[in-house]
Amino acid sequence: MAELFSKKNNEALVTPLFKNNPVTIQVLGICSALAVTSKLAPAVVMGLSVTIIVAMSNVIISLIRKTIPNRIRIIIQLVVVAALVTMVSEVLKAFAYDVSVQLSVYIGLIITNCILMGRLEAFAMQNGPWASFLDGIGNGLGYAFILVILAFVRELFGSGTLFDIPVIPDWAYQAGYINNGLMLMAPMAFFLIACIIWVQRAKDKSLQEE
Amino acid sequence: MIMAKYVCKICGYVHEGNSAPDVCPLCKAASGEFEKVAEQGENSAAPAPKKKGINTNSDVYAIIYATVVVVIVAFLLAAVSSALKPMQDENIRLDKMKQILASLHINDVADAKAEYEAVVKSDAIINSTGAQVAAEGGFDVANDAITADNLPIYICRLKNGEEKYVIPMTGQGLWGGIWGYMAVNSDGNTIYGVYFSHSSETPGLGAEIAGEKFCSRFKDKLVMDGGEIAIEAVKGRLQKEATQVNAISGATITINGVNAMLKKCLENYKSFLAAKQQPAEAVVEPVSVTEVVEAAAAEVNVTEE
Repeated sequence: MAELFSKKNNEALVTPLFKNNPVTIQVLGICSALAVTSKLAPAVVMGLSVTIIVAMSNVIISLIRKTIPNRIRIIIQLVVVAALVTMVSEVLKAFAYDVSVQLSVYIGLIITNCILMGRLEAFAMQNGPWASFLDGIGNGLGYAFILVILAFVRELFGSGTLFDIPVIPDWAYQAGYINNGLMLMAPMAFFLIACIIWVQRAKDKSLQEE
Repeated sequence: MIMAKYVCKICGYVHEGNSAPDVCPLCKAASGEFEKVAEQGENSAAPAPKKKGINTNSDVYAIIYATVVVVIVAFLLAAVSSALKPMQDENIRLDKMKQILASLHINDVADAKAEYEAVVKSDAIINSTGAQVAAEGGFDVANDAITADNLPIYICRLKNGEEKYVIPMTGQGLWGGIWGYMAVNSDGNTIYGVYFSHSSETPGLGAEIAGEKFCSRFKDKLVMDGGEIAIEAVKGRLQKEATQVNAISGATITINGVNAMLKKCLENYKSFLAAKQQPAEAVVEPVSVTEVVEAAAAEVNVTEE
């Protein structure tokens, strides 16, 4: 543990942000990326919730990884994740009720977010707590990053607001500008994610398949 | 101290130590190319049984392990839940107050509780004959506990002195429950405002019932016509301008749910509303009908646009 930020740990933190982004490269957590990104505020809360839950469940599973019976490891992982998600959901209901109403079922559905199970199986079961924590933070932020981009575009062009504050001036509406209703529908998030993947692969040749 | 082994994936060089070397001494590959050899490292299965003497693969171990984990988690969740319960209940009450205020066109108030207490004069409970059962306590009647003998009615006085009656409504949409509040003027017939909400209607379609655009169509419409509950949302051109509003296209089942909810819930308040209509009926109605027609005509233009 001498090197808290060794090269390997740094990689666990940084690569999921861009080069190995959970949404655009690993293509995990797409469902919630579609559902909660029509407004910025719920997208930010969702991103932070997932980050906290991935990091904490990674640490817990990593700490007990050597004691977990191999045959029931998925169940144990699920129990830990479900417990954390329920706690986050309760805390949101107590301290950020409006947001929890907006996120409705999707907080509960973090349990089935593929990023969690993916990171637990692929990383936390093999690595120490600190590396797992960084991996969780990295993947959570990578997910949140994509969510915020999607929500920014969708709220700006779909509702003309950012964080519910109107940013498109009135004269634009009077001149005939209309908010794009398609932006608020789930398919638009698909198109936008596809665009992000496109840009990312065009920039980074190493991601391109033969 | 057990040394871990790292193998260079490029040339096969084996390094012993606690972490991979920065560069491979043979082929100069970066440390990222080194792979930890799991069998001989800290993850090895051999030291664990030696230390604890437990076979982690046995059935008994798995059962005990699962039981212990579940019990710990259950206690944790119970503790968190009971610790946060008062705050959550308070939030739910605040939200209900906000919804009632929203039906009175009072939105975005900083202190919903103070505003609610200032506006809502009493939350009485009545029965379907219009007789009062209790003078207060209507607020604490849960939406699913509303029956013909247990009808909450919120008697409100706005800042300008107008008296309004707010009626709670619950029903069934396409995917889940829908509910709302309707504020009726003191003439017992003209709608002052409505608030609708839903748990899981389709965004962009059924969910639009909660939108300002749909709710504002109800303003100044009449609840009853000829002694029957007549307010409804219809497709196409309005046949009866006074008691009909334009529906939302693409949300037929949700709108059917809204109509059923209006009919079912307002039916119970029929006697209460009729009693309010008696004194002022002759004076108020003709005026409001013309207003309604004008408002509806304006709405048709908006819709066609």
